[in-house]
Amino acid sequence: MSRTNRNFALIAALAVSTAGPAAAQVSDGVVKVGVLTDMTGAYSDLAGPGSVVAAQMAAEDFGGKVLGKPIVVISSDHQNKPDIASTTARRWFDEQQVDVIADLVTSSTALAVMPIAAEKRRITLLSGPGSTPIVGEKCTAYNVHYTYNTYAMAAGTGRAVVQQGGKSWFFITADYVFGKSLEADTSKVVEAAGGKIVGGVKAPFPTTDFSSYLLQAQGSGAQIVGLANAGADTINAIKQANEFGLTKKQSLAGLLVFLSDVHSLGLATAKGMYLTTAFYWDRDEASRAWSKRFFERAKKMPTMVQAGVYSELMHYFAAVQAAGTDDADKVMAKMREIPVNDFFAKNGRIGADGLHRHDMYLAQVKSPEESKYPWDYYRIVKTIPAAEAFEPPDPSCPLVKR
Amino acid sequence: MIQVLSGQLLIGLINGSFYALLSLGLAIIFGLLNVVNFAHGAQYMLGAFVAWMGLRYLGVGYWWALLLTPVVVGLLGIVFERLCLRRLYGLDPLYGLLLTFGLALVLEGIFQNAFGISGNSYPVPALLQGGTNLGFMYLPRYRAWVVLVSLAVCFGSWFVIERTRLGAYLRAGTENPVLLQGLGVNVPLMFSLTYGYGVALAAFAGVMAAPIYQVTPLMGSSVIIVVFAVVVIGGMGSILGSILTGLGLGLVEGLTKFLYPPASDVVVFAVMALVLLVRPAGLFGRAR
Repeated sequence: MSRTNRNFALIAALAVSTAGPAAAQVSDGVVKVGVLTDMTGAYSDLAGPGSVVAAQMAAEDFGGKVLGKPIVVISSDHQNKPDIASTTARRWFDEQQVDVIADLVTSSTALAVMPIAAEKRRITLLSGPGSTPIVGEKCTAYNVHYTYNTYAMAAGTGRAVVQQGGKSWFFITADYVFGKSLEADTSKVVEAAGGKIVGGVKAPFPTTDFSSYLLQAQGSGAQIVGLANAGADTINAIKQANEFGLTKKQSLAGLLVFLSDVHSLGLATAKGMYLTTAFYWDRDEASRAWSKRFFERAKKMPTMVQAGVYSELMHYFAAVQAAGTDDADKVMAKMREIPVNDFFAKNGRIGADGLHRHDMYLAQVKSPEESKYPWDYYRIVKTIPAAEAFEPPDPSCPLVKR
Repeated sequence: MIQVLSGQLLIGLINGSFYALLSLGLAIIFGLLNVVNFAHGAQYMLGAFVAWMGLRYLGVGYWWALLLTPVVVGLLGIVFERLCLRRLYGLDPLYGLLLTFGLALVLEGIFQNAFGISGNSYPVPALLQGGTNLGFMYLPRYRAWVVLVSLAVCFGSWFVIERTRLGAYLRAGTENPVLLQGLGVNVPLMFSLTYGYGVALAAFAGVMAAPIYQVTPLMGSSVIIVVFAVVVIGGMGSILGSILTGLGLGLVEGLTKFLYPPASDVVVFAVMALVLLVRPAGLFGRAR
């Protein structure tokens, strides 16, 4: 090698090191994403394998590399069990250099993994879980609650239904923590908007036959029957409400309904129902374009949870790029600093409490006649601005400045 | 108050007739073959799925499904009995229990893998849509149909087994298969057909359930536990016992849902514990 050549190489090396001082700052030479989700259980349709597909798409769309280091996506089934979730998370952090865990559907698994991640200074990006303590008393500095929470769902649907004239409510509530908090959140919003709660019944979880509770709901004379449950319980309740003619005089309000639920119910049964969602595939050009690519691979349209996994990971990769490192503190700072602007969210901001506040959408399920093509399920009734959709920071989270 | 109560009792009767239909199949299989058929819930699910697949892919409607599905699933049951189950006949019933439990897990796994967890919706047949206002409640026509058909099938089966010559052969087969075979009756074939009939009953219940409940891979596992409790309370293997207990427990459950809903998913087991304390062989069972 000649002298000039050697000098040139030196200069080039210098140039590279100033342009990207952090190229060497990706720990273990890899950015590793672990998708920890419910692969076969109750939430495997709304999250599960679809979340893994979304994560893989994000890695590929970002070019397969951040700061010159490869992005690797791995996944595991937590079976909705907090103990399995936390064991897997520890193994991933300690032995497999996982930098970030995504999805964590089912709040109990999220709440189990968050403190472990915080202790080890790794990041959790939640898309599937919904409970509000995640950004309240249980908040951590290394967590982002990205897609939705029960408050946003309850507030969106509850307020909209009361404004449409549904003043008196009866609740059919799944008898466990999640159902009760969903009912409590909704009741608050309904009463604040001028509605009133005339009664309710707590159904054991899970329940297959809702006829007895539906009969009580009919007897109450309430205009609106709020379903404070999720998954199979919601599906069976809606199906049987139609059968018992409840929907002739009263209306249903599903408080946590996903696209996958509507798909399996069919429009003939679900039509007319109001629901709140963070994402609908057919909302605009950008969401359609991404969703059609998702469809190619997953053979179904994405739910908001799956779209959220893609969007949160793209945001994370961009933050790593901007921070010039995968150091969790610096990446978290960048994620809070940069607004989210993509097909999923417009001007979404991540707060100190970790909650990603973005616009939500009030949707109404179409009737079979209105639906023109496969998966044409929702009509977006209105956009709920971020400030209205999500609660203000909860002072019980220590990260929130009073 | 009376109005609400009569509504709840009627709903209890509807659910009870489902329990009766399902526990009947279990009781026949246990009573005549001494096999604890843990695959019963999965076979019920299979019935609902076969009906759904028939409608979806082949355009076979509800009425044909009601007829054909039990035949198809029953034949699958016979194949299973011929290939696997019969090898366990002389052994402790525990072996049959493990085998059928394994079959249930495999079936549920396959369907979960193929169709996802949320399942699919099966429409109520056009003829049975709508309902009648009884004054105290709105009775969907389909639910009335469920009660009528279940009762007819249950008492029909009871009659055949307890009151006809064919039934006498079956009962004789359980008492002493060797002697019966010596009299020229093809006992192994009779056992296959008995298992097939029990499975067909589960599939029939599955088709009946499809328009009411979501057709999901795990729909059987949620109901099978209650149905087992029904069979135990009725007296293992007692056919009339399981029919009457099914109906009775439906009523008890309906009342609990009205009086104190949180207890409704345990009341059946509380009754079971009580009955076993007082009558260890069940309400209608004979001590063996």
